[in-house]
Amino acid sequence: MMEGMKLQKEKLNDFLDGLRKEKYLFAPQKEGESLQFSPVSEESQVELDFQNTIIPPKNAVFPQTETLFTYQIGKLDIELPEEDRERVVLGIRPCDARAMEIIDRLFSWDEDDPYYFDKRNKAALIGLACLEPCINCFCTSFEDGGPASTAGLDVLMTAAEDIFILQPVTEKGEQLLSEQDLLETASDDEMKTVEKSHAEAAEKLQRKIDTEGIPQGLPGLWESPLWEKVSGSCLGCGICTYLCPTCHCFDIQDEVEGFDGRRCRMWDSCMFGEYTLHASGHNPRPTRRERTRNRINHKYAYFVDKFDVIACVGCGRCINYCPVNIDILNILAQVKEEL
Amino acid sequence: MKDINNPYKPHVATVEDTWYETYGERSIKTFKVVFDDEEVRQNWKHLPGQCAMIGLLGVGESMISISCSPTEGEFLRFSVMRMGKVTQALHELEPGDKMTVRGPYGNNFPVDDWKGKKIITIGGGIGQAPLRPIIEYVKENRDDYEDLTVIYGARSTGDLCFREEIEGLQEKDEVSCHLSIDLEEEGWPHFVGFVPSLLMEVSPSPENAIAITCGPPIMIQFVLENLKKLNFEDDQIYTTLENRMKCGIGKCGRCNAGSLYVCKDGPVFSYATLKQVPEAFA
Repeated sequence: MMEGMKLQKEKLNDFLDGLRKEKYLFAPQKEGESLQFSPVSEESQVELDFQNTIIPPKNAVFPQTETLFTYQIGKLDIELPEEDRERVVLGIRPCDARAMEIIDRLFSWDEDDPYYFDKRNKAALIGLACLEPCINCFCTSFEDGGPASTAGLDVLMTAAEDIFILQPVTEKGEQLLSEQDLLETASDDEMKTVEKSHAEAAEKLQRKIDTEGIPQGLPGLWESPLWEKVSGSCLGCGICTYLCPTCHCFDIQDEVEGFDGRRCRMWDSCMFGEYTLHASGHNPRPTRRERTRNRINHKYAYFVDKFDVIACVGCGRCINYCPVNIDILNILAQVKEEL
Repeated sequence: MKDINNPYKPHVATVEDTWYETYGERSIKTFKVVFDDEEVRQNWKHLPGQCAMIGLLGVGESMISISCSPTEGEFLRFSVMRMGKVTQALHELEPGDKMTVRGPYGNNFPVDDWKGKKIITIGGGIGQAPLRPIIEYVKENRDDYEDLTVIYGARSTGDLCFREEIEGLQEKDEVSCHLSIDLEEEGWPHFVGFVPSLLMEVSPSPENAIAITCGPPIMIQFVLENLKKLNFEDDQIYTTLENRMKCGIGKCGRCNAGSLYVCKDGPVFSYATLKQVPEAFA
């Protein structure tokens, strides 16, 4: 593998211009008060000094709303969308990249989802190591997880004083870096500084969960009063799932304007009642108790059962943004007590 | 984007024939449809128990069980209860109209593994639709199976699907048929009472038998209890589940019961499997 490379921070914009010359570039940018991963254009102000974006960058491969096909009302021809372009996601946090690797397993299970993989296979992920983890991060609770984890990444990027260090992880990443002409080989000292900052960042994490026994034990707590307790204040707003980088559930709807119709899919949430509501009016998950129970079981037991990995990366978003302070680590701690 | 093998892209099919099974607010209409594209028609393979997403462009899709056996011919049959937006729109279709179909989805009843056995279907209401292909399949391969027993009931005569067909089976095809309605009606020659009671009235022997049940959750629950009373083992009992579905290919998430996706791991499950699944009968 190619050695670590460095980029002078002052040349960042030129570097980004180089990347987006031939590829669709997603990077964090200010949108109103918050940062979001969105396509970079000439006018974009890419922001790399942040903890993490509120909305995860999963939209780069799994858009919040996506057209499956279009048609004309009254006609039967179905028009599929154009193939997607090669893309680079720059500044993705290691937890969010790991999340993509996790949902790859679902989207490739038995048969590939063509819309997802049309983007995913064309995406190179340039991760940005976390040097200042946020207060509710718990990525080191997972095997492969950590503020400088390379799982799922093609390149790991780390900010140092006035440079960025870029370390290729995959061949795709190496290829991508070799195409850029603003990079120089980093010195041994610079690489050592970066390694040190990675280790220090891991030490800064304040929260952790020992997941041992949870996947096997969770389904056994099906009738435990704990589910009523932990879901009691839930508003059913769904933010824990919308902002979750491993949540992948979607709805499919037809949208019609005049004679133009399209069938599209959009992020959906298992925390909504309608999600499982049968046409008959029967709902297998009638209250927030059952929905919360399903959410936790899905991430920590069902997904493990099917795909051999916990569908949680410890990004902390569901804790940070829950309007009523429901805390997944708190729920898991109660689960552990009952095991 | 490539056209081939796009699992979300439906095929166009023409309604060849359609008729009402039941009337009223929640009427049930059966559609016999044929794919417009010759190639699609020839490549389509399904087995009893599988489902398809049927729908209309501009309205949406619903997962409906395929209610015919592949042995019946190069067409598909769906019996659809009018419940929501999509099924309402489907009910407006008449012969010659178009609908969209994609699939087939899910696993199937292991009809080939059941060869040499006695087959008992126990259905309630619209739950007879996924059982019908088993009956047709066994009829077509009659020598491969032992006795075929059809137990079927609905709330009233007005709610019974396929009544004439089932009554006809008794006479022509050496099938033992048992029908019921919940409450007495004038002129009704068959059993009066709930399906689980009819099952006890028929009291099939579990010896070398497979029992398959489908119907409302409450009926399934009591049928299971009664099958246990009749000494059926868990792996002699099968059912087919339904849940809200959108994709049909195990991606959209919503049809899970525990770690099983009904659209891929099901809809057909043995009771031996379902007993381990916490949400199976929710």
